Amino acid sequence: MSSSAVLPVTGTRPAAFPSDRLRRAAEAIVIPVGALLVAMIVFGAFMSMIGKDPLEVYALIYKGAFSSGFAWQNTLQRAAPLILTALCVALPAQTGLILIGGEGALVLGGLAAAVIGHALSGGSPMTVKIGMAMAAMFVGGGWIALAGALRHYRGVNETISSLLLTYIAIALFNHFVEGPLRDPASLNKPSTMPIGDANMVGHIPGMDVHWGLVYGIAFCIVAYVLVRHTVHGFALRIVGGNVRAAKLAGLPVGILILVSCFLGGAAAGLAGMAEVAAVHGSANASLIAGYGYAGILVSFIARHNPLAILPVATLLGGIAASGGMLQRRLDLPDATVLVLEGIAFMVILASETLYGRFRMFQPRET
Amino acid sequence: MDGTSLGWWGVPIAVLGGAIRVSTPFLFVSLGECLTEKSGRINLGLEGILVMGAMAGYGISYLTGSPWLGVLVAGFAGLLLGLLHGTVCSLPRVNDIAVGIGLMLFGTGFAFFLGKPFVQPKAPTLPALHLGDWASSPQIQAALQINVLFIIGLILALAMSWAFRNTRWGLVVRMVGDSADAARAMGYQVNLVRVLSTAVGGFLAGVGGSFLSLYYPGSWNEGLSSGQGLMAVALVIFARWRPLHCFYAALLFGGASALGPALQSVGVSSGYYLFNATPYVLTLGIMIATCSPRRNLAGAPGELSVTR
Repeated sequence: MSSSAVLPVTGTRPAAFPSDRLRRAAEAIVIPVGALLVAMIVFGAFMSMIGKDPLEVYALIYKGAFSSGFAWQNTLQRAAPLILTALCVALPAQTGLILIGGEGALVLGGLAAAVIGHALSGGSPMTVKIGMAMAAMFVGGGWIALAGALRHYRGVNETISSLLLTYIAIALFNHFVEGPLRDPASLNKPSTMPIGDANMVGHIPGMDVHWGLVYGIAFCIVAYVLVRHTVHGFALRIVGGNVRAAKLAGLPVGILILVSCFLGGAAAGLAGMAEVAAVHGSANASLIAGYGYAGILVSFIARHNPLAILPVATLLGGIAASGGMLQRRLDLPDATVLVLEGIAFMVILASETLYGRFRMFQPRET
Repeated sequence: MDGTSLGWWGVPIAVLGGAIRVSTPFLFVSLGECLTEKSGRINLGLEGILVMGAMAGYGISYLTGSPWLGVLVAGFAGLLLGLLHGTVCSLPRVNDIAVGIGLMLFGTGFAFFLGKPFVQPKAPTLPALHLGDWASSPQIQAALQINVLFIIGLILALAMSWAFRNTRWGLVVRMVGDSADAARAMGYQVNLVRVLSTAVGGFLAGVGGSFLSLYYPGSWNEGLSSGQGLMAVALVIFARWRPLHCFYAALLFGGASALGPALQSVGVSSGYYLFNATPYVLTLGIMIATCSPRRNLAGAPGELSVTR
């Protein structure tokens, strides 16, 4: 199974007619939605097996995730880091690389943001915020670019190296947070020095959602335009489609791979910065929350399309947000949402096999 | 363990004891992953299988009072999850890495869901063999408390090592992993062999999980696994897909994770986490040293997607 098999088929063959493009778009919507319905039926069967009414469960999930302004804010708050960590998979995937190191880029980005935030804390808040974002993106990007460089120059498989780098990143993070960079005042929960309340990026005006969401949406839009509507993005996708063809065409393959990895890592690093500067106020173990791994699934379900990441991450955030409601109302364990997510992912990933199988979605021959 | 009375000698003894105690789940999970990867697929979902095995083993041991039945059921739970991974990945165009991550989430979620009632109660755990009773020092006695599963794992590593070379089944798995075309030409069903290899690999990972909950640390909770299932992937590469080397690698990984606490007991408290990271740095270093853009990693199955 080659890695290119998971890349979106869109674009490998230019759509000649608008109706062809429409068919392909319909395929990209109908198959995942259908898979989601199948997953809901499977989960519903499981729920009735343990004696709960599946319809009631789904009603509660909707209520907890999307029914009110409060629920939406909870959902979006949880979606924000997933959007950015998903980009850490989706952007390198354009060049055919499967990177699973977003967690490492996130924690190191968060650590860099906390260090810079504390070091600059005398300056104006705007300087501090920009400094934190730049540091986080630079460190996160560099970390993932390292995996890309190992791949390109040494032939080290990027999936494995990024996984190893994640463990090394988490070890470095723990070492610094509990050792040299520990704030002596943080007794029970080792943390770095606080960045100071004035330097927190805070919430979007009028909402209880932090600015990380805006960073994520902006990053997704920029990534989409870059990948789908610029020459550089086209070059990335040529590398992903066929490295030898890209070399023959004279494209700088190494640089393209490094850039795509750097941008992806920068997104994950920014997620870490948002966690530090908008949620925790310092770097501590709460950053290691599995956002990086959840982002991998978001990206695969979105088929590495930067715009599709937004609805997928929102859906995932919504399911996670409804966990508390299920726990309180139906006395279900908090892991219920994990079961639903797990079933949904397995079915959606299996549905990958259906692309190109349905006649009605295929372009008509002329 | 009190290392102060022995001074610095306590460190190697504690590391040895830790290596034996901590390495068993590593050993089983890596043998399972080794088998799966030999057949040409990678299963990143062993973490989920491990947690599921830990939960199933503990739950069954609590309900029936027999820890060995728990180990067996843990294996079968792992077998089912492995079967799921293998079957889904047999569909064309489905990516085994992504499905593995999905399985990791599904397995841990399902285990947490079903394992909620078993967090509090105390289940009977597996007995230990006291091989160190000849020694007067309590440190050495503690270090040589060996679980039967460790010995089974060692025998299994030797048996797999032999079987990959000398049995029809071993050769078929290796051929499927090295060249699906050759296997097809010989009339073997590539997907069937891979599904079975993944399922048996899942069985071993499930047994490894039951060791966590039934021997060391010896209880069931949601923070039980510290990523041993994911590390298995690194471990198998470190061992270059050789079962016996998986055994050495598991000891090394186990010893490395025991080094931090052992040093702490003699007063070296900094660098605790960095010691924990040594296996990863070593694995990465070996990959960097031995890979080249022009050829495969030596010893890697030819069909393995992550080494191409």
